[in-house]
Amino acid sequence: MERIPILKMGPYLLVTIQVDMHDRVAMTLQDELTERIVSERAQGVLLDISSVDVVDSFIGRMIGNIASMSRVLDAETVVVGMRPAVAITLVELGLALPSIRTALNVDAGMTLLKSSRKTSHNGRSPR
Amino acid sequence: MAVLRDELIGLRSMDDIIKARQLVRDFAIFQGLSLVDQTKIVTAASELARNTLIHGGGGEMRLQALSEGARRSVKVVFVDSGPGIPDIELAMKDGYTTRGGLGLGLSGSKRLVNEFAIDSEPAKGTTVSIVRWK
Repeated sequence: MERIPILKMGPYLLVTIQVDMHDRVAMTLQDELTERIVSERAQGVLLDISSVDVVDSFIGRMIGNIASMSRVLDAETVVVGMRPAVAITLVELGLALPSIRTALNVDAGMTLLKSSRKTSHNGRSPR
Repeated sequence: MAVLRDELIGLRSMDDIIKARQLVRDFAIFQGLSLVDQTKIVTAASELARNTLIHGGGGEMRLQALSEGARRSVKVVFVDSGPGIPDIELAMKDGYTTRGGLGLGLSGSKRLVNEFAIDSEPAKGTTVSIVRWK
């Protein structure tokens, strides 16, 4: 079975989905990613879906689960690179993913993670 | 109405669902659907193929590329001989689920296509048919 690689980039984990995702591959990713968040003490996860051309409700739910699970483990998830056609389809399907943070590309996602970490401690920015 | 292409595949495993998605994409491109419309019908097909596999215990998917005058379309029909859906109206509601999913499969895929038909008989099975025009 294919596996989705999880790369460490400083305090963050980068997951780039490049395969047409099998349900089981998605479940394995959830398990491995949560393990890695803890073992690497990751502060954030960048989930790059720029190569994904279909997000149905199962995959959408998996993306939502990853975001919720990582939040519980004190890591923020940013979904990056969603294709416009996928965004239109997801919203019409009824899955707007309101609690998920997104960015247009990995760079922008990284900036978002960095800035959110600075302001999150005690709710104010460091001096 | 002319049938330009016609294909039938079995839906018995997760691999078949991936195959189904790729085949629907291929037909949508063949019929000249826009990228957004391709994505919509492939997503709807993915939802329905998963229903056929999980709720219907497997079945098959029939795929047709149709033309009627200048109008071209892709039609996908999912057939299973599973337990059937006792209350279609309820099953079509957003958020209604029997297996802990999001309950968007049927209602959501209906929104993604131009034509949607469902026929189900308890203990006989379910047939769902969708069409997306160019």
